[in-house]
Amino acid sequence: MFGNLILLIGITLMYSTPLVFGALGGVISERSGVTNIGIEGMMVIGAVAAATASYFTGNPWIGFLAAGVCGALVALLHAVASVSFAADQTISGVAINMLAPGLALFACRRFFDGAAMSPIAPKLPKILGESGLARTPFANLNVNVTTVIALLFTIIMWFVLYKTKWGLRVRAVGEHPAAADTLGIDVYKVRYICVLLSGMLAGFGGASMTIAIIAQFTQTAISGHGFIAMAAVIFGKWTPFGAYGACLLFGFTQALVIMLGGGDFVVPSQILSMLPYVMTIIVLILFVGRSVAPKADGVPYVKGSR
Amino acid sequence: MRNFEKFLRSRFAAALIAVLVGFAISAIVLAAAGYNPIGSFGALFNGAFGKPKYIANVFIKATPILLTGVSVAFAFKTGLFNIGAEGQYILGSTLATIVGVKLALPMPLQVPLVLAAGILGGAALGAFVGWLKAKFGIHEVITSIMCNWISFYLCNFIVMSDAFHKPNSTSALQVNGSSYTMILGNWKKSEAGKEFLSNIHWLREILLKTDLNYGFIIAIVVAIAASLVLNRTKLGYELRAVGFNRDAARFSGISVERNIILSMLIAGGISGLAGALTITGISPHTITLLAAMESYGFNGMSVAFIAGCAPIGCIPSAILFSSLIYGGMSVQQVMGAPSDIISIMIGTIVFFTALPGVTGMIADAIAKKRKAKEALKEAVKEA
Repeated sequence: MFGNLILLIGITLMYSTPLVFGALGGVISERSGVTNIGIEGMMVIGAVAAATASYFTGNPWIGFLAAGVCGALVALLHAVASVSFAADQTISGVAINMLAPGLALFACRRFFDGAAMSPIAPKLPKILGESGLARTPFANLNVNVTTVIALLFTIIMWFVLYKTKWGLRVRAVGEHPAAADTLGIDVYKVRYICVLLSGMLAGFGGASMTIAIIAQFTQTAISGHGFIAMAAVIFGKWTPFGAYGACLLFGFTQALVIMLGGGDFVVPSQILSMLPYVMTIIVLILFVGRSVAPKADGVPYVKGSR
Repeated sequence: MRNFEKFLRSRFAAALIAVLVGFAISAIVLAAAGYNPIGSFGALFNGAFGKPKYIANVFIKATPILLTGVSVAFAFKTGLFNIGAEGQYILGSTLATIVGVKLALPMPLQVPLVLAAGILGGAALGAFVGWLKAKFGIHEVITSIMCNWISFYLCNFIVMSDAFHKPNSTSALQVNGSSYTMILGNWKKSEAGKEFLSNIHWLREILLKTDLNYGFIIAIVVAIAASLVLNRTKLGYELRAVGFNRDAARFSGISVERNIILSMLIAGGISGLAGALTITGISPHTITLLAAMESYGFNGMSVAFIAGCAPIGCIPSAILFSSLIYGGMSVQQVMGAPSDIISIMIGTIVFFTALPGVTGMIADAIAKKRKAKEALKEAVKEA
């Protein structure tokens, strides 16, 4: 029983980690007023970049950084469209979700002789090393280092958003860009930075799948994680800790599915697999209620317009 | 010059430029990766239009994405983002299969019932999402994404259930033959049909070698109907009013809640119909175990956006997309270039349709020049 509980916690943390990165990316972008539907695509790019860089350099940390950089590069497209050109942010995000997986697979096939998956790449370490806590009941608490990084980023983002001048500016830009502008805040610059950070975080999310949980890029490594992360942003009411909690809840229900599926449970596995999604809807109805987006979320800012 | 300016400001110009840029960027990517872009585009074109059979397949594949496109476009015009077209499509195909397997009525009854089951499934799912938004204020994007996965697993559950599973396969039982909607479905397989077709090569190719069905015609009718409802009826006016300014709509006596649910119900029904038509029109005429999302809903978003979310515009847009996707498969066969280039191309096209400002800016620049010229002429005249 105790061992099961530890396992449950371990799987919960493992599953939620990529989601946390993606959701943090969503939070920072949307708080500055730019909707980011493209998280999924940015995560896929991060996933392929991480596995590829880790494989060729032999250093998973370089893979991790490469994922952040490549994620940010894709996000740059979104930033140019939605900040500079005042484009429809939803459409731009959808485009990125179409473009990025194509680009990822194209690159993968180019690097690995036409294969739609990468070879096994070196993984990031676990927090206590490969054999930490082995043979103790706590072995499953030896989580991936990315899990800790995700938590750290959540705390940092909370601090920056709510306790620093720059964070106040980001929130001001997301709520009322024109007012922020009159106070001398460069709305475009703030939004560019936030969208790029968003892509970087989503890229890390992809990396935490392909060089921490599994050790290679596959076509289905990221399948819908970005969308779940997006849901977590709204679920968590656009706050770092809210989003983190939403991701944990989601990871927890996934862990339940795995644990219950392993036992001699009578419910068919397909019905069991619906649990996380059904539960999310129920929790939303019962506890969360109305979610109010940042006021200027999704609205392009054009200097001088009212 | 004024006409050219007007053209530049039109939706069509924006789409055209987006398509051109899409081709240009993919050419650059192909060339950078060491493939011949011209040859690849040739293979693409040939793969989509090279034979009558290919053209027929383009239309067959355009059917579901045209409908999901109209579904997304309809919701978008009323201020809702239907990211759930995927799930509505899956649920539609699942319910259509259930009804199609269990019922064995004559065709004039069976086909409408099977299609109705699909529409009902999608509509119910859409309405559920709309209800959650109207009643509890839960963002439709979250619930739609959750519903996509719920439908996904429900479909797999039905496929594997004792009542519907086809032994030794990964699919469910086929729907009854009377549910089929292929064009001349029975006749083309009869002796007389084969005899007749043996003389007309192209007709034989498109009828016997493809599942050419009535789906595309139905989809066009739906697109036109959706456009009429949106733009020519009181219902459409109210729906759009709610999308445009919720508070103003409420103030003028329109029930916002009712219209949100209604809009999602209609959008969901259209996506559900797409799923049902796949079951009745295309072999294997059943649902199969899904390993990943099939992307009909997501491709529908692309179709809708390049059409500027005008339902009628979705018709050419769906044909364009389906020819790219279908023709793209031969790029890999003929040129060895990864067919993923098509996703890059489509992504680029959609990306540039998000920037309708660009053609507008060119038009502005031309207008400015023209005005400057006119002012100069005036000045010269006066002098």
